[in-house]
Amino acid sequence: MASETHETVSACVDNTGGAVGMPQLCPDWMGNQIFWLVVTLIVIFFILSRLALPRIAAVLAERQGTITNDLAAAEDLKAKASEAEEAYNKALADARAEAQNIIAATKADIKAELDEATAKADAEIAAKAAEGEKKISEIRASAMESVKDVAEATAKELVAVLGIKADDKTISNAVQTRVKG
Amino acid sequence: MATEAANGAEHAEEGGLVFHPMDQFIVKPLFGDGPVGMFTITNVTLWMALTILCIFALLVLGSSSRSLVPGRIQSIAELAYGFIRKMVEDVAGKDALPYFPYIMTLFMFIVFSNFLGLLPGSFTTTSHIGVTAVLAMAVFLTVTILGFVKHGAGFLSLFWISAAPLPLRPILALIEVISYFVRPVSHSIRLAGNMMAGHAVIKVFAAFAPMILISAGIGLVVTPLSIVAITAIYALEMLVAFIQAYVFTILTCVYLKDALHPHH
Repeated sequence: MASETHETVSACVDNTGGAVGMPQLCPDWMGNQIFWLVVTLIVIFFILSRLALPRIAAVLAERQGTITNDLAAAEDLKAKASEAEEAYNKALADARAEAQNIIAATKADIKAELDEATAKADAEIAAKAAEGEKKISEIRASAMESVKDVAEATAKELVAVLGIKADDKTISNAVQTRVKG
Repeated sequence: MATEAANGAEHAEEGGLVFHPMDQFIVKPLFGDGPVGMFTITNVTLWMALTILCIFALLVLGSSSRSLVPGRIQSIAELAYGFIRKMVEDVAGKDALPYFPYIMTLFMFIVFSNFLGLLPGSFTTTSHIGVTAVLAMAVFLTVTILGFVKHGAGFLSLFWISAAPLPLRPILALIEVISYFVRPVSHSIRLAGNMMAGHAVIKVFAAFAPMILISAGIGLVVTPLSIVAITAIYALEMLVAFIQAYVFTILTCVYLKDALHPHH
């Protein structure tokens, strides 16, 4: 009975179901193992080469592409940012220069106006001075006239008092010469 | 009958402890218990099918969302892809990339078989010489045929080391030829041996664990010790499961490099 089981199941298993020697070396099972191994390897190979590997490769390539694109976009944006900064700096410098120009122009304008006003004022002052002078000289002339008149009258009176006969014309000429001299 | 008697004697000697470290490697039919024929659906079939399912779940379902920012499972799938692809490229060169799916197939199969084999009560398909020998022979034959197809007789220059002094070359050639033909043997035994040894050791420690049920005195020491040992060996086996898959794959790449560039 025992030896029958032994014969029918395998030469590598004893009648209690235990292993005889090393089951790894049992030739009875090799055919079975090899057959199923070949089937398994073929199935795995087709799963890998048809489904898994192309898909993973695609995912990895896509990720690589995305990363490269993102980096390029970042580089682009960086360039744009530095460009914008440059433009900003340029605008700032321009504005400063313009401000300087405006300041200079305004200063020049103010100076011109001031000069004009000064000139005008000078002219007015000069005119007024001239007028004053004229008035003074007129006054002086009239004063002179008055002095001459007074001198003539006084001379005439003096001459009359002294009893010297003299006509008006001679007295006037004598006074005139005296006053002038 | 003699074996049975010996087993009985052994069991008696161990005083109730049952040692069957090799039973986990028995191939048995999944349905009924007839003889194991070539096409019988066995535990080998079951665990290989689970390997396929795991690979499918990781690499196909895991990457099904095709997210630009990967989730956890997709990250692992991409990591595995990048790991093997880089290995092929670095070790065998850029012109080896067309063979990347084959190498990926080998790696994924071995790594998942090894890890599934670590589940308690599972069957480790890669612990069998029958399996690893087919894997190794497949690599050996592919590489050899590829070498001759690509380089014709020039492939033989792999054995003729032109850097060595002329009188030494025939001797070196002999050594090179022998080592070339030993490759599939070491390639397959390394993997199967590593898988088998660790599992068998865990089983032996597991057999010591119920000692406390038999003798409280010795058991107090032996049982915790064996449980700690199982844990430690299990951790080691996790490492070995990955490393052996890695070693098998990188050696495949090295052999592939020899086929593509036989000139030293």
